[in-house]
Amino acid sequence: MPGQVQIRRVWKPLAHVACALPLAVLLLELLAVGPFRIGPNPALAIRDTLGTWGLRLLLATLAMTPLRLATGQAWPLAFRRLLGLWSFAYVLLHFVTYFVLDRGIELGIILEDVAKRPYITIGTAAFLLMVPLAVTSTAGWRRRLGPRWTRLHRLVYPVAILACWHYYWLVKRDVREPLLYVTVLLMLLGWRLVARRAARRTAPAARPD
Amino acid sequence: MLIRKAPDIRPSEITPERVFRDRRRLLKAAGFIGASALLAEARAADTIPANHRRLANVKKVPAPAGLTPNTFEEVTGYNNFYEFGTDKSDPAANSGKFRPKPWKVAIEGEAEVTGSFDFDALVSPHQLEERIYRFRCVEAWSMVIPWVGIPLGDVLKRFKPSSKAKYVAFETVMRPEEMPGQRYPILDWPYVEGLTIAEAMHPLTLLVTGVYGVELPAQNGAPLRLMVPWKYGFKSIKSIVRIRFTEQQPPTSWNLAAPDEYGFYANVNPKVDHPRWSQASERVVSSGLGSLLASRVPTQPFNGYAAQVASLYTGLDLARNF
Repeated sequence: MPGQVQIRRVWKPLAHVACALPLAVLLLELLAVGPFRIGPNPALAIRDTLGTWGLRLLLATLAMTPLRLATGQAWPLAFRRLLGLWSFAYVLLHFVTYFVLDRGIELGIILEDVAKRPYITIGTAAFLLMVPLAVTSTAGWRRRLGPRWTRLHRLVYPVAILACWHYYWLVKRDVREPLLYVTVLLMLLGWRLVARRAARRTAPAARPD
Repeated sequence: MLIRKAPDIRPSEITPERVFRDRRRLLKAAGFIGASALLAEARAADTIPANHRRLANVKKVPAPAGLTPNTFEEVTGYNNFYEFGTDKSDPAANSGKFRPKPWKVAIEGEAEVTGSFDFDALVSPHQLEERIYRFRCVEAWSMVIPWVGIPLGDVLKRFKPSSKAKYVAFETVMRPEEMPGQRYPILDWPYVEGLTIAEAMHPLTLLVTGVYGVELPAQNGAPLRLMVPWKYGFKSIKSIVRIRFTEQQPPTSWNLAAPDEYGFYANVNPKVDHPRWSQASERVVSSGLGSLLASRVPTQPFNGYAAQVASLYTGLDLARNF
């Protein structure tokens, strides 16, 4: 079981490197370094890679609390904010790529997309709901908000549901990958419901968030 | 089965006047073999790997000016061919086991001449032509591709379709052992498509055997595919093993999979959106960093071929018959 110092000095930097890896690969592909190639439709490849990693890291964030309770160890919680912020970084870049590279900053078209294309509507909603979570992720905000912080950060659940739904809705036909994420999400949420019920039976005050 | 020696005037040589005039207009509009076509050839010579067999005796047909073909790498590396997987890079990566020779095509249905025909029996009586066409995917991306092939109508006429032949149905080969995508029920295999007889006989509709002057690579639908340039790409069925003349409109794979999203006609139409995305504009596929900031271009009715094909649909509600 890693101690506080080891987590801060070793494991967190490693986690940052791991989270930055997909971004680094994308950069290598863009610059066509060695065997890395972005392919014939770079703008969309960037947009989709960023979105996928945003979703994967979001699910990883949601896995930390179950992991803590399953292992009986506290260390997974130390990575929750790190993973959540990296997820937000990828989602933000995903949105910027769509806005700038795919849609050429044409506000009219983007507003039409958001209004007329349901998968873009819910994707945008998920992104906007992530903003307050990222802003209030600091220790200062957590202290200031007190118990309201926990309530606010439950927004992560609708965000994750909307994000999976967004992905499921946009694929043309092959829903295998989005279904995989939906399954993981349902497991993570289902686990919480079960754990909460169990916790209620034994100690009504304690429940996982 | 053998195809007998063609009569003095082959049916294919008798061109309806309307079509003939259209052809004239097409050629006139093109004017000259644009610099783009020459450029394409120069570029292609550099980039086509040596293992691709060059097609001999290909007649060059002038391309409309202003069409710059995509590179060979783009045309053969960014494909929708779900039989090999659903990612754009899957068809190139997973088609190594596919054997396009020997190849037979079954000709069936409402025609005088039917039976099973070798690839050569189908193709070799005809003059191969290079046609540079715009290609528009239903997913709102596009390319410009120098296909090699023969007008489908010229081939079909040899089988003497009867007056009952109102449609032509096509079927892709079913080989799950060579086509890993067919092992998953993403679509109801084998892939099927169809055209009206008028669409099939239109001089723009091409039976394709090559691209960039070489034999069609597996990921592009070897050895035989359709190219219907005014329709979304999924209409241009690949690796064809069955052609059937029918009286009724035949079922088509994407229509069966999602009838509200993909119609039988599937003509490129910027005014009729896909339920989930806009068809008003398209992203021109282009590798390289320069393309990152390139904006989308407006999609043209019938993919820019309205002058030649719009008359096929006179009186048809294109929004309803999408």
